[in-house]
Amino acid sequence: MEAVDDLDLQSLDKLELPADLMELNMGPAHPATHGTVRLKLKLDGERVAAIDIQPGYLHRGFEKSCERGTWNQVFPYVDRLNYVSPMLNNVGFALAVEGLCGVTVPERCQYYRVVLGELARITDHMTCNAATAMELGAFTPFLWLMKVRDWIYDVLEIETGARLTHSFGRIGGMAAPPTPDLKANVRRVLPEVLKVVGETETLLLRNRIFLDRVEGTGVLTQAEALDYGVTGPVLRSTGIDYDVRKAEPYLVYDRFDFDVPVGSRGDNYDRFLVRLEETRQSVRILEQALAQMPDDGPINVDDPRLILPEKSAVYTTIEATIAHFKLVMEGVKVPRGEYYSATEGGNGELGFFIVSDGSGTPYRVRVRPPCWYGLQAGARMFAGGMLADIIPTFGSINMIGGECDR
Amino acid sequence: MSASLSVGQALLAAAGKSTFILGLVFAIAPLLVWAERRQSAMIQDRVGPHRASIRLFGRDWRLIGLLHPFADSLKMVWKEDFIPPGADKVLHAFAPWISLAPALFGLAIIPFGPAIYFEHLGDTLMLSPQGVPCVAGLANGVLGCTAAASPLATELQVATLDAGILLFFAAGGLGVVGAALGGYASNNKYSLLGGMRAAGQMVSYEVTLGLTLVGPLLVFGTLRPEEMVRWQSSSVFTWGFFLQPLAFILYFVAAMAETKRVPFDVPEGESELVGGYFTEYSGMKFGMFFFAEYVEVIALAAIAATFFCGGWQVPLLTDAGFVLGQLHVPMSHGSVTALRVGGFVIKVLVLIWFQLMVRWSLPRFRYDQIMRLCWRYLLPLSLLNIVVTFAVIVWLRS
Repeated sequence: MEAVDDLDLQSLDKLELPADLMELNMGPAHPATHGTVRLKLKLDGERVAAIDIQPGYLHRGFEKSCERGTWNQVFPYVDRLNYVSPMLNNVGFALAVEGLCGVTVPERCQYYRVVLGELARITDHMTCNAATAMELGAFTPFLWLMKVRDWIYDVLEIETGARLTHSFGRIGGMAAPPTPDLKANVRRVLPEVLKVVGETETLLLRNRIFLDRVEGTGVLTQAEALDYGVTGPVLRSTGIDYDVRKAEPYLVYDRFDFDVPVGSRGDNYDRFLVRLEETRQSVRILEQALAQMPDDGPINVDDPRLILPEKSAVYTTIEATIAHFKLVMEGVKVPRGEYYSATEGGNGELGFFIVSDGSGTPYRVRVRPPCWYGLQAGARMFAGGMLADIIPTFGSINMIGGECDR
Repeated sequence: MSASLSVGQALLAAAGKSTFILGLVFAIAPLLVWAERRQSAMIQDRVGPHRASIRLFGRDWRLIGLLHPFADSLKMVWKEDFIPPGADKVLHAFAPWISLAPALFGLAIIPFGPAIYFEHLGDTLMLSPQGVPCVAGLANGVLGCTAAASPLATELQVATLDAGILLFFAAGGLGVVGAALGGYASNNKYSLLGGMRAAGQMVSYEVTLGLTLVGPLLVFGTLRPEEMVRWQSSSVFTWGFFLQPLAFILYFVAAMAETKRVPFDVPEGESELVGGYFTEYSGMKFGMFFFAEYVEVIALAAIAATFFCGGWQVPLLTDAGFVLGQLHVPMSHGSVTALRVGGFVIKVLVLIWFQLMVRWSLPRFRYDQIMRLCWRYLLPLSLLNIVVTFAVIVWLRS
């Protein structure tokens, strides 16, 4: 022990107790990392000194799996990309393949895809906001939102036969035409959506605790968002009004009157609000789409190279039998070439880059998963924050393991 | 007064009172589990507990989910008692006890009813002009004392101590040890973080908790809970809630922080800390932490009822029965006592209900925000409350 006078007082760290940063592994099996991701943290008390995000635990080889079946057999796989809004993935992939084939589905089908897709977007945003609220300890709004999400799933179940993994898209159309009650069912659930969004706002947005938890936490600046290629609600929360539905309208989105909500600070609060408001805008789109959607007319393109023939014809005519056989055994022949198609998924620009060698099997399917870019930017949002802020920030990025890790 | 009871009688009375208060807690705690589930289900627009059933007389009895707490405790008893490798086995086993025991211990000072005269259960009692209890009767058409009451009275309170409320603080102060030890002994970083958070939070809020009660102590001029309740007897407006509204609010906030429930549940912080300090606890050891939380909720409500809501006082009910102006409904000492104990239980239940409402409506604070709330807002406000109370009392007496 040296005398105090002998100590070098200029370097005060010599006087302090040795303080190492605490390493903490969050995940891959952590209750709050929905999806499996591992966050390797270095903690200085409660403050995050360094963070290493390690995704990949849900990698199932989606892109490679696509190369072993027919084009239509990819649909069940895309269901399992963003499993919170599978219908948007179905639509996105169908549009990509149809783009390479150079076909456009009939108008009624385009509206049908918009309707189902927007319902899926509402469930996606609701789930994300609900999870963010729950991670802040507010369990009540979580269950309110989940309740209405379930009613939307009821509608989707009536239409597609499955609540979550619909596998409902087809190249050149949909697996089945709309049910006669589609419009009534959707119109019945839309007021409930608006109601629960309003309830959530009254319960949370005037609550000092909630505001203190989300305002100014997990900030992503506009420049950083652009650098990381972030899209979707996370980008829009920083103030950039990029929405594929407006920027590059596909389907019939150019016929609808809707707004793209933007934030200004890029924090958790803005992301929460952007998603809530987009839910409202989706309701607006749905109302217009239902009003404009024709009640009859074909759903599938009239092209025997893409669409399976009528079952009754398969049993009675040789042409239909052969067409059925060829489509089932060899799949839809997609012309040789490359194609990139982007749609607005739940988390942002959902891109499918497909390469065909002219056979019935995809040569390459590459997905641009929107939340992957958000997750990369996550390192910026977490850095310097508190341990407790990681989880809601992570929730508002809405990293979906299936989509991110593929 | 109780000095004149024989040792046997005193022991019997103490045993009876302990049984009552423990029975109350052990009855309310499972009910609280049920109420919490039922109430949260109502708030959250869902069905709630309704699965557990018992088969009797050829049909399944679900009893609106009341069986769930029993199913829960059975589950906890039968679950594996897991001790993580590398954990400090002794401390790991002790921590739940250290958490639970002080919470129960603190309830000893709660007066759940007035002094009871076992010999006069059938008589109507009243206070004589000298302030001594006596047997009341009609003399010349006016209610008055007819005979002196027997001096054999028992306070309905397990421990009648001069230190009174200080014992509650002393016991409550130990609760933090359980949480901190549980976090420390588990050999898990999440537990450790939870334990540290619990220690920091509880120690901080204990300061505010103690200071908020100084205001009422100045007003009542005693540390003895039973004396405080008597002080609040003259009318509803002498209840602590009206005399010390700020202290009531501050006390409630600080006490909720002590119970470590939402919005102050950062020590558990299930989203980031998995389970906080009891991450590594299973079976009945976890059950004890769980139970301790509910006992703390009950204790909070009981103290709030005693200090701020008149304890066992029922509005308009005097020793001699209901009195409203000229109207007088005489009642026997036994029924008055029963009503008062019932009134106390109802007050406690209402205060518990209020805590559940808060629990299911609010999100969670962040750790630093909790500390800021405590040291920057609650503590100065509670000090201000003391100063103002003191000034007013001095002014009134001069």
